[in-house]
This record gives sequence, structure tokens and C-alpha cells, in this order.
Amino acid sequence: MAQVSIRKVEKQYESYKAVHGIDLEIADEEFVVLVGPSGCGKSTTLRMVAGLEEITGGEIWIGGDLVNDVPPRDRDIAMVFQNYALYPHMTVFENMAFGLKLRKFPREEIKKRVDEAARILDITSLLERRPKALSGGQRQRVAMGRAIVRNPRVFLFDEPLSNLDAKLRVQMRTEIKKVHQTVRTTTVYVTHDQVEAMTLADRVVVMNQGRIEQVGPPQELYHNPATRFVAGFIGSPAMNFIPVRVLNEGGLQVQLPGGERLMVPPQRTNRYAQFAGKEMTLGIRPEHLTETHDSEKPGVGRMNANVEVVEPMGMETMVHFKIGKDELTARIDPAVHAAPNEVLPLAVDMNQMHLIDPASGRVV
Amino acid sequence: MSARVESGMAGGSLASKIVIYGLLLVFAVIFLTPLFVMLITSFKTLDEIRDGNMLSLPQHPTIAPWLSAWGTACIGLTCGGIKGYFGNSIEMVVPAVAISTLLGAINGYILTKWRFPGHKPVFALMLFACFIPFQAVLIPVARVLGMVGLGNSIAGLVLVHVIYGLGFTTLFFRNYYEAFPSELVRAAQIDGAGFFQIFSRILLPASGPIIIVTVIFQFTNIWNDFLFGSSFASGDGVPMTVALNNLVNTSTGVKEYNVDMAAAIIAAFPTLFVYVVAGRYFVRGLMAGAVKG
Amino acid sequence: MSTTTATRAISHERASMRDKLQDWLPRLVLAPSFAVILLFVYGFILWTIYLSFTHSRMMPVYTLTGFDSYMRLFAQPSWWMALKNIAIFGVLYVAICIALGLTLAILLDQKIRGEGVLRPIYLYPMAVSFIVTGTAWKWFLNPGTGLEKTMQDWGWTSFHFDWLVNADMAIYTVVIAGVWQAAGFCMAMFLAGLRGIDGEIMKAAQIDGASTYATYRRIVIPALRPVFLSAFIVLTHMAIKSYDLVIALTGGGPGNATELPSTFMYSYTFTRNQMSVGASSAVIMLMTVAAIIVPYLYSELREKQR
Repeated sequence: MAQVSIRKVEKQYESYKAVHGIDLEIADEEFVVLVGPSGCGKSTTLRMVAGLEEITGGEIWIGGDLVNDVPPRDRDIAMVFQNYALYPHMTVFENMAFGLKLRKFPREEIKKRVDEAARILDITSLLERRPKALSGGQRQRVAMGRAIVRNPRVFLFDEPLSNLDAKLRVQMRTEIKKVHQTVRTTTVYVTHDQVEAMTLADRVVVMNQGRIEQVGPPQELYHNPATRFVAGFIGSPAMNFIPVRVLNEGGLQVQLPGGERLMVPPQRTNRYAQFAGKEMTLGIRPEHLTETHDSEKPGVGRMNANVEVVEPMGMETMVHFKIGKDELTARIDPAVHAAPNEVLPLAVDMNQMHLIDPASGRVV
Repeated sequence: MSARVESGMAGGSLASKIVIYGLLLVFAVIFLTPLFVMLITSFKTLDEIRDGNMLSLPQHPTIAPWLSAWGTACIGLTCGGIKGYFGNSIEMVVPAVAISTLLGAINGYILTKWRFPGHKPVFALMLFACFIPFQAVLIPVARVLGMVGLGNSIAGLVLVHVIYGLGFTTLFFRNYYEAFPSELVRAAQIDGAGFFQIFSRILLPASGPIIIVTVIFQFTNIWNDFLFGSSFASGDGVPMTVALNNLVNTSTGVKEYNVDMAAAIIAAFPTLFVYVVAGRYFVRGLMAGAVKG
Repeated sequence: MSTTTATRAISHERASMRDKLQDWLPRLVLAPSFAVILLFVYGFILWTIYLSFTHSRMMPVYTLTGFDSYMRLFAQPSWWMALKNIAIFGVLYVAICIALGLTLAILLDQKIRGEGVLRPIYLYPMAVSFIVTGTAWKWFLNPGTGLEKTMQDWGWTSFHFDWLVNADMAIYTVVIAGVWQAAGFCMAMFLAGLRGIDGEIMKAAQIDGASTYATYRRIVIPALRPVFLSAFIVLTHMAIKSYDLVIALTGGGPGNATELPSTFMYSYTFTRNQMSVGASSAVIMLMTVAAIIVPYLYSELREKQR
């Protein structure tokens, strides 16, 4: 078990820079998820931790050792790959035992470890099969088993669930979480799926264009995103962004493109007062755009939506509408009537608003 | 592909079908005739060849020409048949194929899984080497083989065939390993396997088809080679193809066409056998060597 | 856990040395192959080029004499004969192989029963040595024993087919035997190309009202362009290199009627002791091949990067 330190790490390819000097401290036994859109540098970072990519700047420490120049096999890590990377000509047992065999573990020890891992993952009955004869989920388990038997200092996962169908993905997600709760190995997990990140991580690292946007526990990222990128990336359906003008006419308020105005709740006025008269971006999550009630909580404003599309989901209904050029989504009670081309009054919970400086992209 | 001309055929009726099959059969006959003539001629007596028809079946089939071709026919001044030369070819082809295939596999492995700066020009230079006309290196090779004492030796021919086959074998394996998932190599690296272990335990076990293709391609090329054999070997040391040509052109005594044909079939037998047994791989090798992508 | 820690400590000691080696190992392993190719291909080509600028006869001499050998080369009537022959042979061989190969491929692609039997029949000559091919055709085309005699035996007494021994026509027998050997290979290339065409495109064309002929002309053959290019390159390359076939079929004769650059090079170098002239003819062959192959390889390698 070990902590991982990533210090000012850079990755420069011939023509472009994939990672721009990132810093990240991962505690022992922590489960950290790197998340971001494709090409954001998350996989490159993971591969540098694994030793599969040369580090062109900065340092990576694993458990107190500087590993920049240590080859993957001596870093005492294990990795689960996107396509599982099971050796096709070996049985499940041989796949899992390969790393131990190369390290000259005694036969009984190998057998003990493989059996134990197989038991944890519930694949004991598959040990004599070859990967070809396994389903996607089973292959995934074997790939994890191969990592577990090594009892490494760090687990690395590179988008391990992206090749599974939706249902299996949810199952395996739970499985991975369970395994981590059992073996408690420090884990770095890469995914582009923010739901996976939210559900698995102790801490989520959101990356974009080779930089870290924000690091924090899932709830914190959700409720207090630091940047517009994080605000838009975390949460599904995505947060609504509306260009607004901040006004200070009889209390601080924001003016929507259609001319409607919403009051800023009193506890936020101090924070936002300095932006009076400026063009800002209002961020509000769909779940805070709801049907109206007879008596609203303090801080809830109202706006009218010209409904374009209605999507009933069962326990809720998504309503898509436009303000100016921007497509917005509201999440309303399915009992409330909503139909295309009608005007629907909406309640806006301004207590949950985010105000974003469009120039810097930072949430203020 | 099967759906392809279905509708065309449906419009085209029986007549077009007859034309198509007719043409295909005519060509099949044309392609088979030389082999057929060789076969029947090799079982005829010289009298029958002289008096009879080229296309008629032997009236008094005899295997004497075969025995003569194999064991007693005169090639140049020695009259020991072609068996010794057949042996020469085998002694040449087995090590040459084995070595060039193994080196090609390792080279292909490096050029796909252990890329280094400059791997592209290295590969381009090896690739172009496949296509040079050998006349452009014939004189230096002859000099160098002579200098190092490998002139007129099977070992020299093995060396030459290995070197000038390397481009192709490397190309074959490179293209094959290009499609081999690099993730497996990375997984093996993390599992602790080194350069040679990854090759022998991960890639080689998955290389069956390309090994067959390469071996067949190299075997056919080297067995059928004439230029190197005639340039760098002489006397009793020449390979089968050269001996066959010498046999056919030996002008002492009566021209024994039946013996020539038997010898030609013997010379063609190993590659034809491979073709019949593993034609699929043979075609794949030809294509891989032709359409480089 | 403690054992792993221990081994880790030890491995670290040696780590840097071994890692350096690991980094260089692939290059070290590749180096001999590459060095050998550099020397035996490119080095020897330079050597040959050098010799072509000397007066080497039976043994190499290394005094440069400029373009003398090239002058002598182009003063040889038999070299001009070889050039004329390679032009005739090359054009006919490539054109007929492509035409015949494409025809066979299209015919075979008509949902033919027995394709599995026919295809290997067209292709088998490719597995056979040119020497064997030459021997067989020499017999087959021999006026005294082969086709001519057979036809006359069958009552067609006026039938004459003496190309093999006719200096004006002998080069065409080389074309015949060459086509017999390589047409099936062309067929295989075109067939693979045809099978690679999306069947739905053809169905769409037929629904659009195209006849079978029009479908092939307008849709299929244009889609086979890359195959035409590959076939052209490979066949041209084979034509320039062909040596064995001529040796076995005609021996370059009658006279020098079927001399090709390859046979010319060999005889001037090894039997006529005019090494520098042989070298200059080899250089010209090499330049011809390079002019065709280099642009092709260049475009193939570039395409793959995309």
C-alpha cells in the first residue's frame, strides 16, 4: 500500500503537449478517479504513473520512491486495461498467474493467491477457460483478478468499463467498489464517464486540455464546481448556462436574455455585488428549474419557458426550452402538464445558482 | 459478395451462365495443359514421344524416366541424377527459411512494439530492399562471398537468401504485429515480462498464421531461386533449379525429353505440394508481398 | 508483503544499469539486421555503381574512367536488343496479365459453383519455379515435338507455330509463358479487390437501373483502381527482374533475339568478362525499378500514417 505523488508532471510529444505540469497527491488506500473528455490527458497521466509513457517533466513518487526512471515491472503496480488485455492463449488461471510466475513466486503461493482472488471475484469456476470463452463481464473480472493477485502498491484502471453494455457497467462498477473496500489498495482510475467518477471516487480529479480543473470529493464538485468546465461536465443532464446581466436596481438581480429578471438571494448579494452592471453567465442545474408551487421557498424566482420538447422519464419529466439562443433543460414533476409550444411557468431555485465569469470561466 | 451479381444473373439467364462457365473451363484447361503434358510425357518412352502425339496418354507407361531423372541422368559431366541437387536445395532452404523468418519476426516486433526515434526510415530502407533487382548487388556479393570463403558453398547461399529475404519477412511480421493489441504488451510489461519474454510468451504464441505465411513465401522463393544459385554456386553444389536447367541443356547424346519432364516435376514438387496443402496461406503471402498496405 | 519490499530494494540497486540496457535492447537486437541490409543492399549498390564507372573486366579495378562503360553499353547492339525486348515483353506481359486476371476475377465473382476448384487451377503456376515453367513451355512450343506437331498429327497439316525458334517471334513465347505463370496471381489480386467492394453499392446501382455491364464499368472497375496500381507495380517489377524464365525457355536465343537486360547483365559480367559494362546495365535496371517503386512505397507508407 502506498501514496502516490504527482509533481509538476508534464508530457511533451513531438508536436504538442498532452499534460501541462499537473500536481496531485493521492493518499494511501484512496480511490482517486481522473475524469475528463477524450484527449484531456487523463490516460497519458495514468500511463506515466504506470511507466508505460516516459515522463518528460516533473516527478512521480510511489510509496516514497521516485519512479521516473523505474520500468513498469519494478514499480509494483497493477493495471486493468480498457480492452482487458487478457493473453488469448492462456487460461484464466495462467493469465492471473503470469505476473507471479515471472517474479518466480513458488507454485503453492501462486495457487493460493489466484484462488483467493478468484473467490473474491466469483470466477473460481472459470479458471480453466480461455478468454475467448468468457463474456465481457467475466473478462473484466479476470483482468481485475490479474491485478489483485499481484498485491501491488497501486491499482491503475484505464477506462475499464467503457466496453461493457450499460447494465453490466453498473454491475461492474459496484463490483470494483466492493473489491476496493475489501483489499483497500490505493487506486487511480481513469474514465470519461462522470457518473462512474462520482459513484466510485473518494476524490474526483477533473481534467481538461492537459490541466487539472478541480480536485475534490464528488459532492463538493457537484455543489461547488470551481469552473464552468467542471460545472458543465459533472451532473447529468448537464447544468444550464444562461448569459445574464447583473443589475443592482432595488436589490441585486440578474436579467435573462428575454428581459425577465431574477432576484439574487440575500445571502449571496455580498459575494456578487461587485459584478453589478457586468455580463455574466448564470449556471443552474435542471433539478433547480422545476414546476411552480403556490408558496415558494425564499430565494426562488420565476420564469416562463416556451416549451420545445417534453421527455417523460417516469419518475420525472425533462422539459427542453430555449432562452435566446441557449437550450435549457428543466426537470419537473411528471404530474404537471407540459406540452410543446406551450408556455410553462418555472420556479428557479436561486439558492443553488452559480455565477460564472465568462472571461476566465471561473465560478465566482 | 454472393448477393452481388445475383440480380445481374437473374436478368442474364441460362445463356450467360453457359458462357461464363464455358470461358472459365476453357481457361482452366489452358492453365492445366502444360502440367498435364509434363506428366504424361514423363511416363512415356522416347519412341512414343517421337512417334506419338504430345497430348495422348502413354501407351506403355514407364517409370524409367523418373528413376533416371532421380538417380542416373547426366548433368554436365556427372551422371548421378538430380537427387544430390535436390538435397542441396533442402540443405539451403531449411536454414535460410528458419533464420529469415525468426529474424523477421523479431524485427517486426521491434518496429511495432518498441518504436524508437527513426523507426520509420529504418523500416522504409528495409522495405525498399525487397524490391531492388538483384543484378544491382550481384557482383559485390560474388566478390564478398569469395573473400570470406563462402563462394560455391551452401552456407553462402543460405547467407544470401537470409539477407535478401529479411526485408519481406520483416514486412510480413511488422504488418501483422501492427494489428496486435499493444495493450497486451503493456499488460505483460506491468506483469513483469521483459523484451524477450514478451516476444516469446505473448506475441509468438499468437503468430501462427503469419509464421505459416512467411515460411511458405520464403520457402517458395528460395526453392525456386535461380539467379543466386547460378551465380554463387557451381558444380555439385548448385541447387535444384540450376541442376534442372543444366540437365535440360546438357547436349550430350539423345535428348531425353521424358527425363527432363520428370526432373522438372520433381523440382516443382515441393512448392506445388505446399501450394496444394496450404494454398490459402500461399495466396495471403503473395498478396502481403504485393499490396504492401 | 515484506518479501516484495526486500526484492524491491535489491532491484533498485541494479535498476539503473538494467534499465539502460532495456531501453537499448530493441535497437541492439534490430541493429544487426539493419546493418546487414545497409551493407548488402545499399553498400553493394554503391559498390556496383562505382564499378560501373571503371574499366573492370574479369576482376574489379578501381580506377575511375567516367562514363566509359555506359558509352560502351549503349554501343552494344545486344543491349539495344535487350531494351527493345524488355519494352515488348514488359508492356505485353503487364497488359495481358491485368486483362486476363481481371476477366477471370470478374467471371469467378459471378457466384460460380466450383470456384474453390477453379481458383487454385489458375494460380498454381505461381508456385512453380520459372525454370520449370520454361522447361515445360520449351517442350510445349517446340515445333518438332509440341503444339505444331500435335496439330499436324491431328490433320491440320498447314499449322505452323515456330515462334520459339523464330528470331522475330521468340520474345512472344516468353510473354506467353510469363502470362501463364502470373495471370492467376493477378486474378487473385483482383478477386480480393472485388470481394472488398461493398455489395450494397452494387445493389444500389442495380436499383438505379444500371445494367450488369454498366455496373462493372462505372462502379466496380473504378473502385478497383488501387488494385490496378498494385498489379501494375508488381508485374512491372517482376518483368524487369525476370531472368530465369528466359534462360530456361530460350536461353536468350535464338541468337540474342530474347536478350533481356537481366540476361545481358549476367552474361557480360560473368561470361564475357566485361564487369563494368555489366555493372552499368545493372545500374540502369536499378534506376528503372526505383523510379517505379519509390514513389509507390512512399505513398503507401504515407497513407498508412493517416
